[in-house]
Amino acid sequence: MTSPRRATTPAPGTAPAGAPTRLVQGAHTSGGIGASVLRPDAGLKVTGRFAYSSDLWHEDMLWGHTLRSTVAHAEIVSVDISEALATPGVHAVLTWDDLPTEVRHYGLEIQDTPVLAHGKVRHHGEPVALVAADHPETARRAAARIEVEYRELPVVTDETSALAPDAVLLHEHRTDPCSGRVPHPNIVHRQPVVRGDVARARDRADVIVRGEYRFGMQDQAFLGPESGLAVPEEDGGVHLYIATQWLHSDLRQMAPVLGLPEDKVRMTLAGVGGAFGGREDLSMQIHACLLALRTGRPVKMVYNRFESFFGHVHRHPATLRYEHGATRDGRLTHLTCRIVLDGGAYASSSPAVVGNAASLAAGPYAVDHVDIEALALYTNNPPCGAMRGFGAVQACFAYEAQMDKLAKELGMDPVEFRVRNAMTQGTVMPTGQVVDSPAPVAELLRRVEARPLPPQRPWESGEGADLRQLPGGLSNATHGEGVVRGVGYAVGMKNVCYSEGFDDCSTARVRLEVMGGEPVATVHTAMAEVGQGGVTVHAQIARTELGVAQVAIHPADTRVGSAGSTSASRQTYVTGGAVKHACEQVRRRVFEIGRRRFGTRHPAWDGARLLLENGKIVTEDGEVLAGLAEVLRDEVVEVVQQWRHRPTEPFDPHTGQGNGHVQYAFAAHRAVVDVDTELGLVKVVELACAQDVGKALNPPTVAGQIQGGTVQGLGIAVMEEIVVDPVTAQVRNPSFTDYLIPTILDTPDIPADVLELADEHAPYGLRGVGEAPTLSSTPAVLAAIRDATGLELTRTPVRPEHLTGTE
Amino acid sequence: MDFLRPAGWEEALAAKAEHPGAVPIAGGTDVMVDLNFGRRRPAHLLDLTRIRDLFEWEAGEESVRLGACVPYTTILERLRTELPGLALASHTVASPQIRNRGSIGGNLGTASPAGDAHPALLAAGAEVEAESVRGVRRIPVDAFYTGVKRNALAPDELIRAVHVQKADGPQQYAKAGPRNAMVIAVCALGLALHPATRTVRTGIGSAAPTPVRAAAAEEFLNAALDEGGYWDSGAALDASVAGHFAELCAAACAPIDDVRGTARYRRHAVGVLARRTLIWAWESYRGTGRTTEGAS
Amino acid sequence: MRVTFTVNGRTRQADDVWEGESLLYVLRERLGLPGSKNACEQGECGSCTVRLDGVPVCACLVAAGQAEGREVLTVEGQAAHAARRSRDRDQDPRQHEDTPNAALSPVQQAFVDAGAVQCGFCTPGLIVAAGHLLEHNPDPSDEDIREALSGNLCRCTGYGTIMDAVRLAAARKSEEVRA
Repeated sequence: MTSPRRATTPAPGTAPAGAPTRLVQGAHTSGGIGASVLRPDAGLKVTGRFAYSSDLWHEDMLWGHTLRSTVAHAEIVSVDISEALATPGVHAVLTWDDLPTEVRHYGLEIQDTPVLAHGKVRHHGEPVALVAADHPETARRAAARIEVEYRELPVVTDETSALAPDAVLLHEHRTDPCSGRVPHPNIVHRQPVVRGDVARARDRADVIVRGEYRFGMQDQAFLGPESGLAVPEEDGGVHLYIATQWLHSDLRQMAPVLGLPEDKVRMTLAGVGGAFGGREDLSMQIHACLLALRTGRPVKMVYNRFESFFGHVHRHPATLRYEHGATRDGRLTHLTCRIVLDGGAYASSSPAVVGNAASLAAGPYAVDHVDIEALALYTNNPPCGAMRGFGAVQACFAYEAQMDKLAKELGMDPVEFRVRNAMTQGTVMPTGQVVDSPAPVAELLRRVEARPLPPQRPWESGEGADLRQLPGGLSNATHGEGVVRGVGYAVGMKNVCYSEGFDDCSTARVRLEVMGGEPVATVHTAMAEVGQGGVTVHAQIARTELGVAQVAIHPADTRVGSAGSTSASRQTYVTGGAVKHACEQVRRRVFEIGRRRFGTRHPAWDGARLLLENGKIVTEDGEVLAGLAEVLRDEVVEVVQQWRHRPTEPFDPHTGQGNGHVQYAFAAHRAVVDVDTELGLVKVVELACAQDVGKALNPPTVAGQIQGGTVQGLGIAVMEEIVVDPVTAQVRNPSFTDYLIPTILDTPDIPADVLELADEHAPYGLRGVGEAPTLSSTPAVLAAIRDATGLELTRTPVRPEHLTGTE
Repeated sequence: MDFLRPAGWEEALAAKAEHPGAVPIAGGTDVMVDLNFGRRRPAHLLDLTRIRDLFEWEAGEESVRLGACVPYTTILERLRTELPGLALASHTVASPQIRNRGSIGGNLGTASPAGDAHPALLAAGAEVEAESVRGVRRIPVDAFYTGVKRNALAPDELIRAVHVQKADGPQQYAKAGPRNAMVIAVCALGLALHPATRTVRTGIGSAAPTPVRAAAAEEFLNAALDEGGYWDSGAALDASVAGHFAELCAAACAPIDDVRGTARYRRHAVGVLARRTLIWAWESYRGTGRTTEGAS
Repeated sequence: MRVTFTVNGRTRQADDVWEGESLLYVLRERLGLPGSKNACEQGECGSCTVRLDGVPVCACLVAAGQAEGREVLTVEGQAAHAARRSRDRDQDPRQHEDTPNAALSPVQQAFVDAGAVQCGFCTPGLIVAAGHLLEHNPDPSDEDIREALSGNLCRCTGYGTIMDAVRLAAARKSEEVRA
């Protein structure tokens, strides 16, 4: 069992700051996979020298600013930019009319999002016009002088208003691929999953539980707001330095709108201050480039926190209606559910979120008879799309609440009930897909259950009494009055990598050469390092595969092929796989060169399996054949390789059947909470996690992903929610004053117990780590609060008024 | 925009007289947010941080004179004995960084119903020392709050200091908010026992358009303590006394539903906080309580 | 307007400062010190924490003009500040002359070693806040650490490794003192 503290204490022999590539020599090359290697960028980050996108500066640069709609749904009657243009210091003001080509919409899956509003705005905060000026205040002031006349339209805000026969349509005349399959034009996408015979299974059920659950709109709340610097280039192109999750996806959407061929839009990844899905969609990318191309000057755009809440999509709020049945002995008979996700005004990644919600609606349980439907609506609410957990989070919240309800109904222990229905390797999913790698669901639950419980009411035991540990924390709200302990469990499953037939591949360029007498590998990918630690892992892979100590990571840009998105827990799997694959090709070439140069000296050059270790070519028995430096001399070996995981297939549009996913990740949590039942305040005391990661390529990084994901789940359980006015569809809390994320005083110890059961299909047997812990954290906390209060609690986040009956 | 940097108090008053629209700025914890987000563009900013007196405090016989710019951190670290309620309130303000800059003067100037200092000032008893080129006056804090984010200052006046009654008995302060640190009060309650006058005073925050005292609750409790001989006997409070006091505090609220909480919750939570703080303070008065202070 | 103040021991001057600018903006955009971060600009995240006359504050809430004549310590000056303090503690004034630029302060080193950095956007503010904590409370309890860092939001780590880092820095310091 790994405690977080132990897991993050650097192991002996790991690199000191700033020199991660100089490693102690061991039997195998040190600093390879499995080692607790430190981040190569940590030294820069702790000293403030790491250049984030908002830190960039260019001589002569202008500041870009976006004018956004103040209303959610309106016709734009007129836009008058004359006063803004006349403001001293203003260099450009752009509206829809200034867009350079006929391609004026973009989107990840459906190109329904206008670059700037045209004729209509469909949500609060939609970009209407752009300003470039010599100071941010000048740009702000000029934007305030743009006169936009709106004629307000009725707003569509929920399922009822969206699907009424006479509903206002968000997008008329849809022609996107989903449009032909949806029952109503205000449905972005719909995916049923049906299997077995629910009607007959229901007859066998001894107990049936139903529930309607509501999941609030969560914000990624990455700390580094959207920002970038666009620099016009002499050839008429533009170079964008940008914080994003996927350079090439941005590029594909940007180039047609800019009217430039892709090779004239260069992209370099700037430092990224977190992402969590919120940087999958474009924000200021096209806008900054348009302004730079128009003015001929570099343009920097930096959203402030207010604008950031409008600048990216959020996690879909959802209403989930579930029915489960079970036999008296605690076996699930069937599941029916309907998951309605609010996609907001534009599609973003709603179709894929729907696919996940539908295919993972049953969770990590074996249930043969299902009737599942998931859909996303178009409304005038803020657009929703990717966030850590992506459709699986909402479902997990609901099915785990159902599991507790069933256990209670049957008089069974909630862990025992889950274990009895837990899927295993070989289980058939509702989609018909066979789970073909380890699925240690029961084991994960048993592990969190087996942990000793933290002491009750520690503040009463003289020793270590500290009122800051109570619900309310620094607010001095209780000295123990009304405080009740609760314990809850949850487990979840998340698909890893892109699904449903998507060609999910990545590219790596690996170069091996001798510099200063030592072999040095350089890894170049377009992977967006957003904090997850991919740069550390790539170097580890190169060390393991090439047996070199020194690995340089080339900055990510579009001069190498796509790496795919830093999303879906996929980067270590797919770009890690590409790096591994490229290294293998490099290694083969090195052996060829060795054979060419020294092949006649030793019989082992032919036949025997050769290895690269510690800068040398060795036989399997450890006999050294030659040093890399003497083999390579001044020859440079460089390989560019694309790599893809085994293919998936689309879900059948009517039955949802299909091998839609490539891998599943599992995590379980046990939450221990203290609830001030009179004030409705919650203190999470411990949030223990167990997760199977296949193979921990970098154990501290794995622990960091688990703890970080867990706390994002804690946030949605007890405080995080973007509140949208149901009448006006306006966002009511776009600030860190009123959109609360957990502080260090809200966050408990998070012991992380890491299992490593290899998935034979994945590089090194690894399993994507990042998202699974965000799934089970929320329902575990909710279960613990239910345990403490006896309340049903069907919505998240739980607010004090829900715990005190004062809604 | 002009940035006025008076080196002394007289100069500041003169500037404010000349530019009544000038926005005073000290810790900047309210003003700068409005500036950063383009919500306010005053013609003049009046920086008070060069005026040394404003950062000083002095304990007299009856009261502590707190310079308008004395930061919360100083209050919670140095004035726990004299001003325990205000020290507790200061501890709940935002974050350490904010407590290092924010001040009572700023809280009063902004006069947000959610300001953490107000309930403690109301409960302790305080006067705001306001001054203009026309002269000085002292405004009882009860009369200072005139509306949502409005106060009794004239356009040419500045807050120079606050005179807070020194504690003559236990004081308490508690607030309710959905986060365990850095949270704006959904509601808050300050309570002070005044054994010298055998009275109890209260202050309620975030539960009415202005910070308010729960007058009826105070009256009831004063009478109940008097009639029951509690001040002399030091007996444990009858649960029904604390309960009725809590109900009357809740009834003193005129809260609204907003993004931070519902009106019903606010009224309910004020009742809970009233009962708890009364019991904590009373137990402390009886000399049996663990502590007169909360988290420290 | 012109603003002159000391940053990390050096006198710096910024011209043509708009009166509504914050100290944060001046540091980042005018003085080439972007280490202090612009995550919320409303005092709710602590990413811009600097020390103003020794005290941790949010640079986003200090008006540029208020910094006039003051002393500011940013994350960029943290290592030199720690080195200077460590020499002062050793009471060896002779070494004051040549200040070797220690690459990392003990707190910075502990953040690296404990894996307390992911995206790193909150890190500079945490370094400044944690450095101040340990100067004033060399042996903090867990709750002391949590309180001192409660104004610094982190979205990546879940704070566990940040707790580890501060504990590690404190432990190393006490080892150093014992030695």
